[in-house]
Amino acid sequence: MCGIAALQLRNPELRSSMGSLLTTMLCEIVDRGPDSAGLAVYDNPALTAEGLSTLSLLGGDLGIRADDVDALLGELLPESGGTEIKVVGDTTFISAEVPAEDLAKMIAKAYPEVVVAGRGERVAVMKSVGHPVEVAERHGVKAMRGTQAVTHTRMATESAVTAGGSHPFSVADDLCLVHNGSFSNHASVRRELQRLGVHFDSENDTEVGARYVAHRLEQGDDLETALVNLGETLDGFYTLVVTTADSMAVVRDPIACKPAIIAETEDWVAMASEFRALAELPGIENARIFEPEPGKVYTWSL
Amino acid sequence: MTTTLESRESQRTAPRAFDLKLGGVRELNRTLHHAADGDAFAVDHPGGKHSIAVGVNSEVEIEINGHVGYYAAGMNQGGRITVNGNAGVGVAENMMSGTVHVTGDASQSAGATAHGGLLVIDGNASARCGISMKGIDIVVGGNIGHMSAFMAQAGRLVVCGDAGEALGDSIYEARLYVRGKVASLGADCVVKEMREEHLAELGELLRAAGRDDDPVDFTRYGSARTLYNFHVDNSSAY
Repeated sequence: MCGIAALQLRNPELRSSMGSLLTTMLCEIVDRGPDSAGLAVYDNPALTAEGLSTLSLLGGDLGIRADDVDALLGELLPESGGTEIKVVGDTTFISAEVPAEDLAKMIAKAYPEVVVAGRGERVAVMKSVGHPVEVAERHGVKAMRGTQAVTHTRMATESAVTAGGSHPFSVADDLCLVHNGSFSNHASVRRELQRLGVHFDSENDTEVGARYVAHRLEQGDDLETALVNLGETLDGFYTLVVTTADSMAVVRDPIACKPAIIAETEDWVAMASEFRALAELPGIENARIFEPEPGKVYTWSL
Repeated sequence: MTTTLESRESQRTAPRAFDLKLGGVRELNRTLHHAADGDAFAVDHPGGKHSIAVGVNSEVEIEINGHVGYYAAGMNQGGRITVNGNAGVGVAENMMSGTVHVTGDASQSAGATAHGGLLVIDGNASARCGISMKGIDIVVGGNIGHMSAFMAQAGRLVVCGDAGEALGDSIYEARLYVRGKVASLGADCVVKEMREEHLAELGELLRAAGRDDDPVDFTRYGSARTLYNFHVDNSSAY
C-alpha cells in the first residue's frame, strides 16, 4: 500500500496556494504509507528560478559549496552568473544557468556519492524518510507556489526504506513518476535498459518504471504512448502518476487493484488514492469525480 | 422476499445529527451500535472517511450526506442506510440484511461476500462488484467493472448498464441480469433463458430499487455448473 496525491492548477489565482492545498491532500494519505515520503512541486520560483536549471539532491548537509561548483562548471557558466545553492530541509538544491544534463553530469563526476533526486528547469523534488507530514514541514511545503505538484507516501515492499527509494522518481528533465503497487518483472526490464546504456541509481522497482518512461520519451513517444508501452512491457500492479514540465498523466494496470480517484473542475484537476485526500479542495462539491478505468491512460496539459 | 428501499414511515423519528467534521467515526459507530429499532440518524461531512456506519445491528435509518470512504455500511444487519454521494471500496461488504442505497458511484468490491439485504447503486460500480456474494441483492443503475460476481454463490445482481470483462467467473448459484453489453463472460458463466419466474423476480428487484426499467430488456446469466466437480480430463492442469 502507498498513497498518492497529485494536483494540477489551471487557474493562476490558485497557484500561490499550491503548498497548502498539497499539504491538505498529503495529510489524508499518510495512513497509506507512513514510512517515507516525497514531493515534487513545479514552478515554485523560490526553488526553481526561471532561466536556471535546478538539481534536487538528497540530503541537507552535503557540504557542497557554490564556489566549488562554479570552478567545476568553469567555462560552461555564462559570465553573468554563478551557481546558487539552497539547503531546504533534507534537500540541497543547486541552480545554475547551464543545461540540467550538464549540471547533473558534473555533480555525478565530482560528488559520486550524491544522489540526484530531481532535475530540470521547473521541478523541485524533496524526498526523505520519516512521517510524511514532518517531511513536508521540514521543507516548508505549505508556503510554496506551484502549477503542478505530486506527493507520495510510501509503504515499502520492493526495496529498503530510504530517501532514495521514496517517490517520486525524477530521472529526466522535469519528469516525475510516482507508483502505488509493485512491478514484478522489474529486474529483467532493468537489465534490458542497462544493455541500452541506461544508468540506475537504486534497486527500486519504481525507478525501472521511471527510467522506462524517460527512455520511451527520448525515443520520441509522447507521454500517452510511453505509458501505453509501459503497460505492454512492465508486469505488476500499479497506479501511476507521471508529470512532465506541463502535463500530468494517470494510468492503472488492467487488473486495477490499486485505487485511484480523479476530480476535475475548471480551476484544477486532482488525483488521489482515495477521495478523502480530495475532500477539502476548493469547489470539490461541484467537481466531476470519477475512478480512472483500468488500463486507460488519462492526460491533462497546462 | 425482496427487501425494498421504501422507508418504514411509521417508525420514523426525528433524526439525530452527526457532523463528522466535529466528531470521529468511532464515536458515530459506537452510537449506532447501541441504537434501537426505529432510531434515525443524519451524518454530515463524511469527507471520504473509512468505515462509516459499519456494524449496524438494528432497524435504524441512516442518511449520510456526502462521499464515504472504504467499507461504508459494512456488515449491516437491518439498517436502512443511504449515502447521498459516492462510496469507496467495499461498500456494504458482508451485509446481512437491510438496505444500502448509494446515490452516486461505488468503487470496487461493492457488496462483497454479503449474505443478504439490498444494495442499490444509482450510478456505476467499478471492478469486482458482488465478488463472492452469498445471498445479497444488488441493483446497479449504471455499469459495473471487470470480475464482477466472481465466485458468486447466491443472491441476485441486476445491472441496468454494461458489465466489464469476466462477468461471473467461477460462479455458483447467483443469478445475474444485465441490460447492456457484457464485455466477456468468465469461466463457467453462461447466458440463460429468461422464463416467467425470472421476469417476475427481476421486476420485483427493479421496483424494490425504485426503478422503472423493463425486465424484458435484460439478459440472464448464471452458472453452467461444469466446475462443481473435479473432472479427470483436467488433471493435467494441476
